[in-house]
Amino acid sequence: MQSINTRAAILSVVIFFVLMAVWEFANQAPVAKKAVTEYEILMGGSEPQARVPNPSDVAILAYEELSQPFYDKGPNDKGIGLQMLYSLQRVAIGYLLAALIAIPLGFLIGMSPLMSKALDPFIQVLKPISPLAWMPLALFILKDSEISSVFVIFICSIWPMLINTAFGVGSVKRDYINVARTHELGRLRTAFLVILPAAAPTILTGMRISIGIAWLVIVAAEMLVGGTGVGYYVWNEWNNLDLTSVVFSILMIGVVGMILDLMLARATKLVEYVE
Amino acid sequence: MSQYFLDAQGLTKTFPTPKGEESLTVFENVNFGIKEGEFVCIIGHSGCGKSTILNILAGLDEASKGVVLMKDKEVVGPSLDRGVVFQNYSLLPWMSTLKNITFAVKSRNPQWSKEQVLAHSMKYIEMVGLKGAEHRKPSQLSGGMRQRVSIARAFAIEPKLLLLDEPFGALDALTRGMIQEELLNIWGQTSQTVFMITHDVDEAILLADRILLMTNGPHAEIAESVVIDIPRPRTRTDIIHHEHYYTIRNHVVDFLVKRSKELSNPELRKVKKVKSDKGLRYPTEVNPATGDIEEVNHPHFSDVETELEKKVINMN
Repeated sequence: MQSINTRAAILSVVIFFVLMAVWEFANQAPVAKKAVTEYEILMGGSEPQARVPNPSDVAILAYEELSQPFYDKGPNDKGIGLQMLYSLQRVAIGYLLAALIAIPLGFLIGMSPLMSKALDPFIQVLKPISPLAWMPLALFILKDSEISSVFVIFICSIWPMLINTAFGVGSVKRDYINVARTHELGRLRTAFLVILPAAAPTILTGMRISIGIAWLVIVAAEMLVGGTGVGYYVWNEWNNLDLTSVVFSILMIGVVGMILDLMLARATKLVEYVE
Repeated sequence: MSQYFLDAQGLTKTFPTPKGEESLTVFENVNFGIKEGEFVCIIGHSGCGKSTILNILAGLDEASKGVVLMKDKEVVGPSLDRGVVFQNYSLLPWMSTLKNITFAVKSRNPQWSKEQVLAHSMKYIEMVGLKGAEHRKPSQLSGGMRQRVSIARAFAIEPKLLLLDEPFGALDALTRGMIQEELLNIWGQTSQTVFMITHDVDEAILLADRILLMTNGPHAEIAESVVIDIPRPRTRTDIIHHEHYYTIRNHVVDFLVKRSKELSNPELRKVKKVKSDKGLRYPTEVNPATGDIEEVNHPHFSDVETELEKKVINMN
């Protein structure tokens, strides 16, 4: 009997290969009934319909792309790694700006019932707006597609951080506050020595939700804005009718998203405490 | 000038109830004094407001009426002069044992160097027998060890008054006995003034110079102040052989079982009230072993009260 982890890993691999096999064999090109003319070949006539690429095609492309991820052959042909870096840069700037505003503001809301009540209507109205709905306004005001996409990331990642920070700060145990009070800690020392560490796990959870949303939104934003980035890459390959590249980039978006999430999960572990 | 180090005068706590019903008075007209270096325990049934009284002394809560004076200065808000040990330890779980104490020592002595803070903190960690565990987090300690850290922290800030809110309530009997003796030991070395809440009569007799007895709530009052004249140093095993031990114990248990209820009877209280309205009336000091009863009279307190009343009128 192996440990549950080993067994789960074996099962994952089995499921993976079964799915790939089903995909590969259910997706074979029909065998041509008769010889095709040159004209038909040019028209793609040997296949009555365009097909989703097979896993083997994707694997071959993935190998080629990943062996030179950072090549740059003009605006229409950049390596996947380079495109990822563009996207990650936008996410990083928008996300960090959001954190810079959301965490102090969340602190204020969490500590002051007055501010909490006063700001609540604004948050409730602004929070459910799809970040892409801001795009036209952002493009008009900021007059720059690059900055606009960063703004969209900023606006979508601010809410989970803001709400979680406010909640975490607001629900710090009375006991901890009393410890701070009986030891005559000043406001600043109370904030940094007691409230911040007490609320840190909740704040980090908000940051983890935010990075997930930011990564979802950047793809859509770059499809709209174009130019560079992994979202643009997907849309550009669709326009090139290169579905193999589309499937490959979809997988890469998933992998990078997972890495981002894992990083925040690690960070959350660091600040967690057992009562 | 008060003759006491800590003087609680006319404390009353009223909680408003929703929908304009009659508000709930947990305790009223609570008067007591503690002399410097004295160890005083307070016993009463749940709901009589002991913890609220302790929080008022700490400055964490406010009385609806009355004042607390410490060295003739009114207690307003919490202060490092009054160290508190809570029943649930109240350690900061993200800090190590050592950090839990150094941050308190640093607050008390901001001008100290790092080495001084460390040495002072380690001294108290050793005093409670936790040397070697100083880098562990509270979650890695047993309940008894956590309460030791909490006690070490309270003593390390060297407060003028130590407030203990049922510090051993969550501990098993064996651990409790050990920590009680440790507490006695440390107290013997520092001669702190201590005010402690407990439910345990034996614990109170072991530790205290006096036991304050509270009637049942609502409208609870401190009815008696029992003097414990068993000589120190005391140990758990020796005090039970002292001739006064069982007399005192029976007196206190009898109070908790019978009189705490009888005295909170509204009919009886009416009579008492007439008496206690004559100004600040400190609980009768009783020594059950010798039968000495001393009515603690403070003629000058009627003046204090009129002054207080004037203050209240001015405030209104």
